[in-house]
Amino acid sequence: MLFDPQDLTAVWLTLKLAGITTLILLLAGTPIAWWLARTGSWWKGPIGAMVALPIVLPPTVIGFYLLVAMGPQGAVGKLTEALGLGTLPFTFAGLVVASVLYSLPFVVQPLQNAFEAIGERPLEAAATLRASPLDTFLSVVLPLARPGYLTATVLGFAHTVGEFGVVLMIGGNIPDKTRVVSVQIYDHVEAMEYSQAHGLAALMVLFSFLVLLALYTFNPTGRRTQ
Amino acid sequence: MRSMPGIAVMVVVTLLAASVAQAGEVQVAVAANFTAPMKIIASEFEKSTGNKALLSFGGTGKFYAQIRNGAPFEVFLAADDVTPARLEQEGLGEKGSRFTYATGKLVLWSSKQGYVDAKGEVLKQGKYAHLAIAAPKLAPYGAAAQEALTRMGLLNILEPKLVQGENIAQTYQFIQSGNAELGFIALSQVYENGVLKEGSSWIVPNNLYAPIHQDAVLLAKGKNNPAAAALMTFMKSDKARAVIKSFGYDLH
Repeated sequence: MLFDPQDLTAVWLTLKLAGITTLILLLAGTPIAWWLARTGSWWKGPIGAMVALPIVLPPTVIGFYLLVAMGPQGAVGKLTEALGLGTLPFTFAGLVVASVLYSLPFVVQPLQNAFEAIGERPLEAAATLRASPLDTFLSVVLPLARPGYLTATVLGFAHTVGEFGVVLMIGGNIPDKTRVVSVQIYDHVEAMEYSQAHGLAALMVLFSFLVLLALYTFNPTGRRTQ
Repeated sequence: MRSMPGIAVMVVVTLLAASVAQAGEVQVAVAANFTAPMKIIASEFEKSTGNKALLSFGGTGKFYAQIRNGAPFEVFLAADDVTPARLEQEGLGEKGSRFTYATGKLVLWSSKQGYVDAKGEVLKQGKYAHLAIAAPKLAPYGAAAQEALTRMGLLNILEPKLVQGENIAQTYQFIQSGNAELGFIALSQVYENGVLKEGSSWIVPNNLYAPIHQDAVLLAKGKNNPAAAALMTFMKSDKARAVIKSFGYDLH
């Protein structure tokens, strides 16, 4: 058998993490991207830069600050403890929070580009037809931004699957809770179990290729909106 | 414009000359737990011999994979005795060069004052959410911690509280930041000049785990480098041994 049960557990956990993260990002990323696309505010620059930070920051920086901030002496940690949630490092919820931050630009930026590409005209047309803002968003903006949503979903999901440094630093390597595929591969390599490492690593390469192939094949416009 | 290639050649020649001039260098792979003492030993080594030791710190397993795949290390200070032996067997380490430079000690440590008592009773009381250890599969100190927990009959009870660092440096980070209330690490990480630097600790008795022999090996790439041989000799010197001992390691 190529994969042992622990490998399969890691695969399932990774898919679960990426799925939940992507869902949260699509919901939270839409208003952020919409605001960034439409606003003329002075804040557009700083907020846009904040959103893009995870692209350029090393995962070690994000992981280190999250570990400190979410720990018992950190601001976030004090808040979650006061709410009776305990601290977030070493938990699945903690990984979700970290992944949302880490993959944020990969969802917000394609959405923002898609919203910007729509322009004013369709919105003005909808307004003259007395469509409410919500109605306009649901029946005009969403269909027009469809390629952007596809790109955002695929990139958000794939980027979370490919996450390693942050998980390593705040996960604690707990089976079924925080030991995702990338960490499992690292463990196999470190433990000199090279054939098992190969199995999972090849699976990751194949997965990543297929995901990007699907994106570039079915969504030629989506590619340009990145 | 004509002189551009000429300048480029001169720059390259100068750089090459500079790299040849610094011949007394040795590339060293150092186990994470030996980071602090090795920095001091390296500067003593430079003072005594004029040779420079370039240090890389990390997990023993990762270094093994890198050395097998052509990493330029010339001396390897491992966290165990198995890996250097394996490298020697595979022809990547020089025959007869291995020796134990330090024997590691396991400590139960918390960053909080007075949290860990002198007998380690806090472990049994279990009034904590997370107990950090290094991954037993990867790190010798993790394996030792697991063995000690097993011998105390606590492993099964405490298993749900265990969080694992990839190596003991990361395990230390988990505890130091307070995310894990306590955990097992190397004494050398929290000990200097014979005293505990911060927090509270229990030095795990030797009879609870197999001794952690940390071996040094001269690698094939360093065979013809006099600086590598010099470092291997220097590791056995009184100066180096005094430093190693001051960090709480046992010596042979």
